Amino acid sequence: MAGIDIEGLATVYPNGVRAVDGLDLTVAHGEFFALLGPSGCGKTTLLRTIAGLEPASEGTVRIDSADVTRLEPGKRGVAMVFQDYALFPHMTVSENITYPLKVRRVAPATRTAVAERTSGELSLQGLLERRPGQLSGGQQQRVALARAIASKGKVLLLDEPLSNLDARLRLEARTFLKKLQKDLGITTVFVTHDQAEALALADRIAVMQSGKLRQLGSPREVFARPANTFVANFIGSTPMNLLTGSVASGGSVSIAGGSLPAATGSVPVGAEVTVGVRPEYLTLSIGDVSGPSIRGSVVVAENLGTQSLVSVECDGTLIGVTVPEEDEPDPGATVVLTASESRVLLYDKESGELLARQPAPVG
Amino acid sequence: MTPAYVVRRIGFYVLICAITLFFAVPMLWLASAPFDASPGLGVHWPDWTLDNFRETLAHPYAMHSMVNSLLICVTTAVAVTAFAALASYALSRVRLPGRDALLYGLLLLSSVVTGTAAMVPIFVMMFQLGLIDSRFGVALVMTGGLLPAAIFILKDFVDAVPKSYEESARVFGASTGQILRDVVLPVARPGLATILVWAFVNSWGNFLVPFLLIRSIEKQPGAVLLQTFTDEGGSANLSVIPVFSLLFSIPVVVLYLLVNSRYGFRFHGGIKS
Repeated sequence: MAGIDIEGLATVYPNGVRAVDGLDLTVAHGEFFALLGPSGCGKTTLLRTIAGLEPASEGTVRIDSADVTRLEPGKRGVAMVFQDYALFPHMTVSENITYPLKVRRVAPATRTAVAERTSGELSLQGLLERRPGQLSGGQQQRVALARAIASKGKVLLLDEPLSNLDARLRLEARTFLKKLQKDLGITTVFVTHDQAEALALADRIAVMQSGKLRQLGSPREVFARPANTFVANFIGSTPMNLLTGSVASGGSVSIAGGSLPAATGSVPVGAEVTVGVRPEYLTLSIGDVSGPSIRGSVVVAENLGTQSLVSVECDGTLIGVTVPEEDEPDPGATVVLTASESRVLLYDKESGELLARQPAPVG
Repeated sequence: MTPAYVVRRIGFYVLICAITLFFAVPMLWLASAPFDASPGLGVHWPDWTLDNFRETLAHPYAMHSMVNSLLICVTTAVAVTAFAALASYALSRVRLPGRDALLYGLLLLSSVVTGTAAMVPIFVMMFQLGLIDSRFGVALVMTGGLLPAAIFILKDFVDAVPKSYEESARVFGASTGQILRDVVLPVARPGLATILVWAFVNSWGNFLVPFLLIRSIEKQPGAVLLQTFTDEGGSANLSVIPVFSLLFSIPVVVLYLLVNSRYGFRFHGGIKS
């Protein structure tokens, strides 16, 4: 099936920058796959290397089990949508959509039929005779998608597909894109720097940093169990609490003047670790609780809509915790923070890698 | 409004009028003299007649030189545009060490190549090539002279074509030729139009190159022929010259209007006009 296999791939620019650095990756047939990372992490270069627009310096790219590493972009069976959509301004929507067919010298009658069918699928009826300049951003994006679909590639590559749309349209386009990908069942790889977009759209996410893969997993895995502190920092709309602590006896870690339960596994008691816990996974309560907990006082509360992000000062460090809007405590109140054992993650203090390997939480 | 201010304003407008007149008189002459029964070197209300036109049309070489001009200039303009398009695309897309130095060098040299300085070597070269007294030879020399500046101007237009357009076409399997024909050139069309007109106008008014390279009068373009309009006594033939001048200016004006209405003239970056 039309999956993508990447083995030991490296893309080195003439100035010596290793934009993609020894990457192994497999995208399954029909999968919606996200390449996520901060700008300059090599995600776009990786996408362009798959497309053949950047030559691979090392390693192989296989599409549909065929080695395409040395093939021209046009011979790889890929379709690509660029960040700026790259619609040809001098051609009508119809001519744009069928340009891939014109290149292959498909008869004009067939081209018209394809333009009509594809434009129907992407709700572009009635716009076929317009020029790209006369379309809205969302319509332009759909034309670019229609053109990519009309080219009948085995693999669809999207470079920052939503970044050129304004905020409200982006949510609409996100839903549209996910539904379209499921309907077509085409193997799709997209690049984004927006973690929320990756979490919302992708079946699997590859988080990249400096040309290397930092974590590969489903949105749920990447969100709930980041493999290292880099991913922990990068994923999530509210930043994860990363605090220095030490392993205490009885399956807990002591941090910020209190303690939280944790599956310490084989980590020796007294070892210094970085403790990671998401604000969403901390519970805030007023008054005493049984079991390990951290006590502190509320500094500020930020309204996030249905939730509030409360910053609690515990023994000199700030810990973020989200609470439902109706439970927002007053600034200065003394509160107690608790968490379930499975939500408290331990990272190596030096390497930042996830330590104790407890089973992933369900749900 | 002090008297001094009024005097200053009056002085200013008198000056403006004098300057305007300086530029307007030749134009007025061009508009009135062809229709005047006794055209002279001054501007006056014409004594309306079309005799001058009849005389010009009957002139043995006048109309023929217009055809020569068109032949030479259309060839030059098309050749300059075609070669400049290919060269500017290559120079815009290929990373070449010292590319900008090359461009500026070419631009500098181009004014020398068709300029008076290089006329002797060019004459010798054309003589060796057997292209003396050939309209094609004239077009060739003028093409060579105009190309560097044309490449320089057109490169700005080609640079402005987003790279993603080409990459997009490449992913769909288009060859370099298809990309150039289907994407880059159509998007850079205003630039091509500008170069076409610019090359035409430049070669239309060129006197030196055809004057040196063309021997026989029946092959001379209008720009050279104009100086041969004398009467039996050797003084300027003032019934043919005004009409010829008027006719000679028409193609350029028409071309400007045509291209301007379709594309508008746009010069980016490097050179402004």
